[in-house]
Amino acid sequence: MRHLSDKALTRLRSGADLPDVGGTRYRLIGQVARGGMGVVYAAEDELLQRRVALKVLEMPGSEGELANRLTREARVLARLEHPGIVPVHDVGTLPDGRVFYTMKFVEGQRLDHYIESLASAPDRLRIFLRICDAVAFAHARGVLHRDLKPANVMVGSFGEVLVMDWGLAKILADVTHAEPNDPCGNIPRLPANGGIGNTSGTGDGRVMGTPGYMSPEQARGETELLDARSDIFSLGALLRYLLTNQLPAHPLPKLDRSLEAICAKACAPERERRYAAVPDLAEDVSRYLDGLAVSAHRESIFDKLARFYRRYRFFIWLIATYLLMRVLLILLIKH
Amino acid sequence: MNKILLGLLIGALLGAFDGSTAWFYPEARAQLAGIIVGSTVKGLIAGVAAGIFARKVNSVPLGIMFGLAVGFVLAFLVAYMQHDHYIAIILPGSIVGLIVGYATQKYGATPAAAR
Repeated sequence: MRHLSDKALTRLRSGADLPDVGGTRYRLIGQVARGGMGVVYAAEDELLQRRVALKVLEMPGSEGELANRLTREARVLARLEHPGIVPVHDVGTLPDGRVFYTMKFVEGQRLDHYIESLASAPDRLRIFLRICDAVAFAHARGVLHRDLKPANVMVGSFGEVLVMDWGLAKILADVTHAEPNDPCGNIPRLPANGGIGNTSGTGDGRVMGTPGYMSPEQARGETELLDARSDIFSLGALLRYLLTNQLPAHPLPKLDRSLEAICAKACAPERERRYAAVPDLAEDVSRYLDGLAVSAHRESIFDKLARFYRRYRFFIWLIATYLLMRVLLILLIKH
Repeated sequence: MNKILLGLLIGALLGAFDGSTAWFYPEARAQLAGIIVGSTVKGLIAGVAAGIFARKVNSVPLGIMFGLAVGFVLAFLVAYMQHDHYIAIILPGSIVGLIVGYATQKYGATPAAAR
């Protein structure tokens, strides 16, 4: 009896792990990423002749918590049609029984890699504002992301900013429009109660998220308390990361006072002290970019003067140059 | 504030100030009022021109160049009429134009898009 080598075994195992897309419109190209819930492959949609990202469960089976969560993620994405949220194209079950969905294949970089080439703080803040737009849109549709972090934001090759990985999303308000003739008969529906109190949807009552980016109430597993302010905490941590290149756990370098105040308000441990809604946070960041006072920071007269100087620096220097030249001309002519 | 109005305001203010510095030249004190009025009008013209330019062309460097050119031409005409004080008139006049050109581009509000 001959034994297989380790190398051959590994190759066989990886082949067996590949999802069976035979008989579907998709052809696998290669693995793109692997997460806690599933694997993302680049695939070719042979019908439409375009590249898509195919997210599939690691384990076969169209029932069970993970399968429900993947389907739920697809349904969440389907209701969030926004330029800042990756669009879902298809959902279903593969011949091997694994649940999958396909979405736009984003060619670009993860935010944490992208910002290495982005030196200017205003440019980083403008990216942050686009993330806020997408998250605010999701909140308006009753969806919390619950896992906002640099690794879950992609910047496309044309500068488009896309919020990804809605696997931990929580639905605060049910806005599902269920059709009686569902083409995906085997796809579980979103819970009628919108996921609140659901123990299987997104693991309510359990700690899910990313340390440093998840809010204290999320870290304590108090999912019934989660609302927009929980995502605002994550956005605050993301903002800090964008401005300092440091993970939230690291000691942070000193920031501009207004920006520091914005981050501190967004990341306040007590949710009552945070911004009430994402547009409020975005408004403060926009005001900072425009050189205006921000709601999070009460300015002293010196802060106001410093901000005035920053805003009109070049103009002030022009006037000063003009005055200096005037004085020099007068002195020159007098002597 | 809209670009033309901002140009008018800054042009008038800087023009009036520019004219009032004639007080430091004893030989010009007698005509101080006339100089201030003339300089203010010069600033107003430069301001309107820079404001109109800023509405048509959205570029700070081009706005600065345009303001500088308008300021220079207007100041040169004034100096040419006086046949004197070329530098004392042209240099500040050009810089006033430059400042107005910059301010209208940078701080003037773009009119709302037509419906």
